[in-house]
Amino acid sequence: MGQTMNPDTWLKEHGDYLFRYALVRLRDRTNAEDVVQETFLAALKGKEQFRGQASVKTWLVGILKHKIIDHFRKNSREVPVTNLLSADESPEDVFDANGKWKEEPGVWREDPADHLEKKEFWKIFRECLAGLPRRLADLFSLREFEGLKTEEICNQMDLSTTNLNVQLYRARLRLARCLDVNWFERKEKGPLK
Amino acid sequence: MITCEEASRLMSESLDRKLPLGKRIALRIHLLMCKLCPRFLQQMLFLKEASDHYKEEIEEDSSYSLSTNARERIKSLLTTDPEKKDHPHD
Repeated sequence: MGQTMNPDTWLKEHGDYLFRYALVRLRDRTNAEDVVQETFLAALKGKEQFRGQASVKTWLVGILKHKIIDHFRKNSREVPVTNLLSADESPEDVFDANGKWKEEPGVWREDPADHLEKKEFWKIFRECLAGLPRRLADLFSLREFEGLKTEEICNQMDLSTTNLNVQLYRARLRLARCLDVNWFERKEKGPLK
Repeated sequence: MITCEEASRLMSESLDRKLPLGKRIALRIHLLMCKLCPRFLQQMLFLKEASDHYKEEIEEDSSYSLSTNARERIKSLLTTDPEKKDHPHD
């Protein structure tokens, strides 16, 4: 199997990448480090199963993906099921009783690239993400960062499609509102303090 | 006609799957008649693009790395050579 299957080199060669992969999805350093550790332990235990068809990196990422989903499942068990849809205050407050916009969505006219290149934008983006209820952020992360299809998320997280759609919608509505207020509006009114 | 609230739900859903024809038409008609909802659609598309970008940036940013503590902890767990295990710094 050669040098690459030597566990002594895994950490040096892949540790930081696995950490960053986990950091994007879990959004927290400590949790990211924990799942990376679990990944290496599982890899060590299961190294006989490595078939050599994929690279070691791909194999390790495959294990990490499972650990990340396990982590989200654990999170979701801490939220009482009955509260899943009603626990957080309704973001649909942006609509009036007739379903019309109460808080008008702002115009985000410019080329996205103009924003995406700015460091300040990412700071606000991260803060908006951190401001989501954990449950919503976890599901958003599985969809947008991990790139799972909705059916896959429903299976993995034991959710109905309707429930998942509502939660992704709430996450997006909140994120859009947060960016609207804290980035786009503020930008129009002048530079950040 | 569907309301803005319903339209906004469909816009979110359309990021996850192809909407069935009826919903797709209802949404398209709403978007033609409504001043505000096209803005929300633009926000949804932006959010999608920003999320992709965010993921790539962090995955490639070498300034994010395991802390020394975590690294040492994992290193000692991974050391397969029993002699080294007692002296992780050799």
